[in-house]
Amino acid sequence: MSNLAVPNLAATDSLILLIYAFFILAAGFSLKPAMTGSREFMQAGRSLPGWLCALAMLGAGLGAQEVLGMGAAGAKYGLASVGFFALGSIPAMLFAGLYLMPVFYGSNSAATSSSKAIRSIPEYLGLRFDRKTRVLNAFLFAAMTSFSAGIALYAMARVFVALHVFDRIATTLNLPSTGVLLLAMALPAALVLAYVLLGGLGAAMYNQAIQFCLVLAGLLPVVLLGLKRIGGWSGLKAASTGAFSRGMVQASSGATHAGAHPMGTSAIVLVLGVGLVLGGGTWCTDFRLLQSAMAAKNVESARRSPIIAAAVRVFVPFVVAVTGLIAVALPTPHTSIVIHNDNGVIYHEITVVPPAVEAGRGLIPAKAGVDGKPIIAADGHAALDYAMATPKILLEFLPTGLLGLGVTALLACLMGGVAASITSFSTVFTCDIFQALLTPNAADKRLLAVARWAVVGGTLLAFGAACAAMRFDSILDAMMLVFAFVNAPLFAVLSLAVFWKRATGHGAFAGFIAGAAVALLNHGLALPYGEQPGIHGGWIAPLIHPASEIVLGLGTAILAFLVSLLAAVIVSAFTKPRAAEDLKGLVHSMVPRASAGAKWWKRPEAMAAAILLVAIAVNLIFV
Amino acid sequence: MFYDPRISMGMLFTLIGTILTAFGLSTRSEVDVYAKSMGIDANLWWGLVLLVFGIAILILGRRSQANLEKEKK
Repeated sequence: MSNLAVPNLAATDSLILLIYAFFILAAGFSLKPAMTGSREFMQAGRSLPGWLCALAMLGAGLGAQEVLGMGAAGAKYGLASVGFFALGSIPAMLFAGLYLMPVFYGSNSAATSSSKAIRSIPEYLGLRFDRKTRVLNAFLFAAMTSFSAGIALYAMARVFVALHVFDRIATTLNLPSTGVLLLAMALPAALVLAYVLLGGLGAAMYNQAIQFCLVLAGLLPVVLLGLKRIGGWSGLKAASTGAFSRGMVQASSGATHAGAHPMGTSAIVLVLGVGLVLGGGTWCTDFRLLQSAMAAKNVESARRSPIIAAAVRVFVPFVVAVTGLIAVALPTPHTSIVIHNDNGVIYHEITVVPPAVEAGRGLIPAKAGVDGKPIIAADGHAALDYAMATPKILLEFLPTGLLGLGVTALLACLMGGVAASITSFSTVFTCDIFQALLTPNAADKRLLAVARWAVVGGTLLAFGAACAAMRFDSILDAMMLVFAFVNAPLFAVLSLAVFWKRATGHGAFAGFIAGAAVALLNHGLALPYGEQPGIHGGWIAPLIHPASEIVLGLGTAILAFLVSLLAAVIVSAFTKPRAAEDLKGLVHSMVPRASAGAKWWKRPEAMAAAILLVAIAVNLIFV
Repeated sequence: MFYDPRISMGMLFTLIGTILTAFGLSTRSEVDVYAKSMGIDANLWWGLVLLVFGIAILILGRRSQANLEKEKK
């Protein structure tokens, strides 16, 4: 019997997991004495160097959804998705570093202004516009961030159950088989809760730096071994086109007019959607990521951190998305009987493969129903469980020992993303809901207590959302859906806030409402091919049929962005703008310029240009 | 900065590297363990890589921590 079907962690694997957990908690304990005030807890005292903020940003931006989602997209869409991820977020990250951080961080020196520095994006909106915009955005953000942490917890818990990571603990606790899933969601959440509660954003960021390195350390050997197996990069390229043409056959059986691009997307939607809205919406507005840069020790470090992060991020998809590509390129396992003759004794070696695995593509299994049989999608093919691409490939290649490191990598990416959600939830709740709405003059000790309670509350909300997140088939699509409703309008409003002095609070508020309403309407009217009306779209009336869920997500995001921009501009034009002196430091053109003392090649602008060129070159060469 | 994070990061990777290297050395002759990795003793080699990485980061971190403490005084 092959032991591939029932993987279990050996002692060495568990030891590595335990060491990781120990170090993660140690960071919380060692920062606990420094948590003397709310700003130490929520902003790490604004004392961290740029490179650490960059690593923390990368760790926060490489959560469970991103790792599993990139692997899934690599498997589903082939090599094109590597380019999609490698290039997609880079311009936005560079833009955030060059133009947004001076505004969000505040351009004054840290020493004089750290007691008044902006703590969150909603707080910036409150200073720039008005309280209603701030509170609306705070509530939307708090809801979105706890929901996304919930999706992350659920997605990774499924993986841990499939990998039997927590089976030993579950059997010692005498849990029923359904309890294992809950345990796999609760245990990582409890670890994150512990270290964030102890050390606040500082502990979260110290750990994100470690977690990011661990993700790479755990996945890189898989990529190296996988590439060796399928014949290097050229083998991968060949395998990818093969898998891709099969994917196109599958797609075109339902949709004949899928665009020319491999992802079933017309090029213009792809460029606009990825470069402008998806990348911009994430890296320029998402406070989960920006909070790391806002904890830098000075404005130069704050500007440099997204830029350094971009330089590293260019290469991340080559590790993470390629795992999915390799998974789809390998042969699908089948039940087989091998007969061999050993000294006259005949052995029948039977490898039993579950039917759902046999119905899969490459190593990616089909989704199994309750009876263990593969689930057939509306287009007549087996519905594939793409989120399992990366975990499956870990099992395929990693021997005992390294497997522990691989599982640690999965746990690390989950915890880094969830910690970012929880700390940002806590900050936004404390500053923009508790302080802005309830007690404007709260003492700092009170704020610190509220921030700690908000960490507990955020974790509980995320856990609740995890229990509700079971109906999505591709995690990335789900993420894009949430993102389209919340982040795309926010990107439009923030761009206006930073670059257009004339934008008003009423305009911003109208932009939010209009953008979200249009996103919701579009989602209700459009239904991707091969899907049932409901959570995947078309719940009002399926009138429009985009080629895939990714196209629907991108289309919704672009539409929401444009409508929100338009509404904000029109309403702003008819309402009274704020006096220019009130906007000092809040609008890009009114931020005092730092003297450009450094040599030109040391300036952030030059670094950014170089990174952009490298990103484009990498795309042209490899994809 | 509270303390230099490279110290804990370096310690973690040194420790994991040591474990993997030791485990890789002790299982070198077991063919079954490395059937998945095409006969390559992946534990040994990757353990060594992580060990070198961990020690390098640890040295960098300790050096900058010493500077940090000098500044505080």
